[in-house]
Amino acid sequence: MSEVAITRTEWLQVCKRSDLVANSGVCALVGDQQIALFFLPEQEPQLYAIDNWDPIANAGVIGRGLVAEIDGELTVASPLYKQHYRLTDGQCLEESDIKLASFPVAFDGDYVLIKIDQ
Amino acid sequence: MAEIMVKQKIVVIGNGMVGHHFLEQLANRPERELFDVLVFCAEPRPAYDRVHLSEYFGGRTAEDLAMGKVEQYRNWGYDLRLNDSAVRVDRENKIVTSASGASEAYDHLVLATGSYPFVPPIPGHEHDKCFVYRTIEDLDKIQAAAEDGKVGVVVGGGLLGLEAANALKQLGLEAHVVEFAPGLMSVQLDEGGSKLLREKIEALGVTVHTSTATELIKEMDDGRLRMRFRGDKSLDTDLIVFSAGIRPEDSLAKSAGIELGERGGIVVDNHCRTSDKHIFAIGECALFNNFIFGLVAPGYTMARTAVSLLCGEAAEFNGADMSTKLKLLGVEVGSIGDAHGRAEGSAAITFVDEQTGVYKRMITDSAGKKLRGAVLVGDTGDYDTLLQYHLNDMDLPEHPEQLILPALDGAAPALGADALPDTATICSCHNVSKGDIVGAVQGGCCSVDEVKDCTKAATGCGGCSALLKNVVDTELAALGVEVNNDLCPHFPYTRQEIFHMVQVEQIKTFDELLHKHGSGKGCEICKPTAASIFASLWNEHIHKKPHVGLQDTNDTFMANMQKNGTYSVVPRIAGGEITPEKLIVLGQVAKKYDLYTKITGGQRIDLFGARLEELPEIWRELTDAGFETGHAYGKSLRTVKSCVGSTWCRFGVQDSVGMALAVENRYKGLRSPHKIKMAVSGCTRECAEAQSKDIGVIATENGWNLYVCGNGGMRPRHADLFATDLDDVTLIKYIDRVLMFYVRTADKLQRTSVWLENLEGGLDYLREVVIEDKLGICEELERQMGNVVGTYQCEWKTAINDPEMLKRFRQFVNTDEKDEKIVFVEERKQRRPATQEEIVKIAEPA
Repeated sequence: MSEVAITRTEWLQVCKRSDLVANSGVCALVGDQQIALFFLPEQEPQLYAIDNWDPIANAGVIGRGLVAEIDGELTVASPLYKQHYRLTDGQCLEESDIKLASFPVAFDGDYVLIKIDQ
Repeated sequence: MAEIMVKQKIVVIGNGMVGHHFLEQLANRPERELFDVLVFCAEPRPAYDRVHLSEYFGGRTAEDLAMGKVEQYRNWGYDLRLNDSAVRVDRENKIVTSASGASEAYDHLVLATGSYPFVPPIPGHEHDKCFVYRTIEDLDKIQAAAEDGKVGVVVGGGLLGLEAANALKQLGLEAHVVEFAPGLMSVQLDEGGSKLLREKIEALGVTVHTSTATELIKEMDDGRLRMRFRGDKSLDTDLIVFSAGIRPEDSLAKSAGIELGERGGIVVDNHCRTSDKHIFAIGECALFNNFIFGLVAPGYTMARTAVSLLCGEAAEFNGADMSTKLKLLGVEVGSIGDAHGRAEGSAAITFVDEQTGVYKRMITDSAGKKLRGAVLVGDTGDYDTLLQYHLNDMDLPEHPEQLILPALDGAAPALGADALPDTATICSCHNVSKGDIVGAVQGGCCSVDEVKDCTKAATGCGGCSALLKNVVDTELAALGVEVNNDLCPHFPYTRQEIFHMVQVEQIKTFDELLHKHGSGKGCEICKPTAASIFASLWNEHIHKKPHVGLQDTNDTFMANMQKNGTYSVVPRIAGGEITPEKLIVLGQVAKKYDLYTKITGGQRIDLFGARLEELPEIWRELTDAGFETGHAYGKSLRTVKSCVGSTWCRFGVQDSVGMALAVENRYKGLRSPHKIKMAVSGCTRECAEAQSKDIGVIATENGWNLYVCGNGGMRPRHADLFATDLDDVTLIKYIDRVLMFYVRTADKLQRTSVWLENLEGGLDYLREVVIEDKLGICEELERQMGNVVGTYQCEWKTAINDPEMLKRFRQFVNTDEKDEKIVFVEERKQRRPATQEEIVKIAEPA
């Protein structure tokens, strides 16, 4: 590859608040990175962002999973084989050596910001 | 040099229920290896369930009634000789000769020859329209003779005679029962019970003639038969079935010089051995203590005794209790011990309710402390409890009459499992005692299902399942094990309880349900369960705002997610009927979106490989062409499979496609605890495989037979025949009720088959609820179903016209790019997901 990759971390505007689906997930694309975004209006924090790639099923589907509370922790259940991933840090509850990347995420007025290495 | 073990040879003569039980018991023992086993069976098929023979006319086939299967015998390593009867036993040389000329040596001979029907020597009894009621061949002959007939007479008003009358009634004949004695079932019932039974049976359209002796059977000019009775009365009929008792089939033993009883029967000792110690006799051919045991349970006990002795264990047969509980023509009848109170110093307590037609009588000793016998007609709910008091010689409670009086608070005073001794037999079919069950629980079984698997208890007739549950629960509680039926950590209730709360309190959202009855934030168990209950009751769109986050994987996008994250699309093709125009549209859509196309098992077409963002466009095209969603993604009605029926097929007797369309269009969209599949067949050839479905409908000459709670899949289960010869309206009414009762009471993700198996009282109870309206809820069940039917909408048609719902059908919220990680390859001219190896290869530059 001839391109020189410049890495910098900054807050990016990825979508609008109205693009989100309350109590559920959607997916955004930043560069090559698919990011699953969960919006839980009744919880604190309200926003969560983890890798959309399910490494067990080998498919980009995490954002389509069901939000489930397991032993007091908020998780998303993979829609394919139902493993639970912690929304705050992407840790898989069933397989201790599997952890999805997680990203800082916040509202900025009507927009959703994500902090990501580019 | 290896030592060669010389096996001993067992020859079994007769392959009825008892002979089969002997072979089954032996097969399950390690000592099985010590023997070569050969079986002579005079009938063309191995053992079948004679107890339920009359169901042969209710739609059950010979296959359904089969107990032994040829293949199974082969697996057991038995040499089964069908259609070949033993004709001679040479005891000196220990050789059996058969009708086909085979000559077989034995070390041990087991006579399980059963019995034959007694035909009273009435002049004319040999006429070819006179039958007996014993084998499937007998039934075939009766059926053939009934085809052009109107009237059928059974001679004999005992247990078997009434079964035979039921069979004639099911064949559509006007049935009569002619009995010599003054009452029906005079062996098992006292006068009061017998009288009520007669009233009930007559109310069902069977004419009963008691104290009637037949003197002559005469053929008339038109070919019908005239029965002349003593006292100058007569009755004209098309056919006669003799069911006037049984006689032990002892002719082979007799010719071999084995000791018989004065009035027949092969004399056996308490080891079931005959006068020749190498020969056992078991079942209805055996005479023990001058008594023939004409019930299947004592025969089974004899079979087990013989197996134990052959295997070198001590065992004895010391007679058996002849108590019995059954349903005759739909009337519940029970008889325990000394039903007539013949023993000296007997006292009786009788309860009669003429309003509902219930008769119960307890016979106690003079002090009222021990139960000697009982008669129950019209309601056998107290049978199990009374039987335990009788069999275990337990002291009766202070007010024994409470055992048969209706309880004022509605709950019957069940016998506490604590009170039973460990020796009490809980399951008489498989001879499982309370001690065995307690042992299984102490050995680690934690549920009724596990105990069933471990002990076989309640897997025979199932009559003891309530008592079994009671014993298991009591023992678990004693061990300090908490029986937890909670839905999940967020709801300390069963699905059924939650359904009830949602219904009664008119709860419409998950938040409200969680707030009122749950805790925490919910999970992937309670959310979809609640969503399903809301849909069953209120039928709002599953993507309506409060519900959207509750749906399971496939419901979330109203399509079936496949392994690479793409979806398959299944439009409804009701009954499997489709016009060429619509078929072309499916082809065009599949081609346009490059969808892998496959025909499903449910007569539909499945289109695979649609990307999330393509789903709305695909459905816009499909709905424009008149397609509706097929709910292949939901726990809901999937398909109603059908054969082409009387419209085209030369064998069809009803319009099965028309009925399948009506049924599918009625129940489409019904959300339920699990998926539901149905089928309608146009005749008994059953090309639509309705007996493997949750709801199966099979056409008859007179209407429809309804089968319920079957399924294919991992643990296939034949559906049970629920009701026969229904008209269109009644058929739909029963399906409405069965389905809604299932939706209300099943556990989460419980198919109808498992639901029925766990329903206390089983199929009979389901009939009572659905047909007899025992719980008084039928009207409500129908109203609820009416509501679901009336509020149907095609979920996809609604969704594609609602921008809010379509929001989720975007691959990425911030760009229209496609998911580049989805890779397809071509195989057999269609696309399929690339394997991981193929993806790696594609990514590498060549």
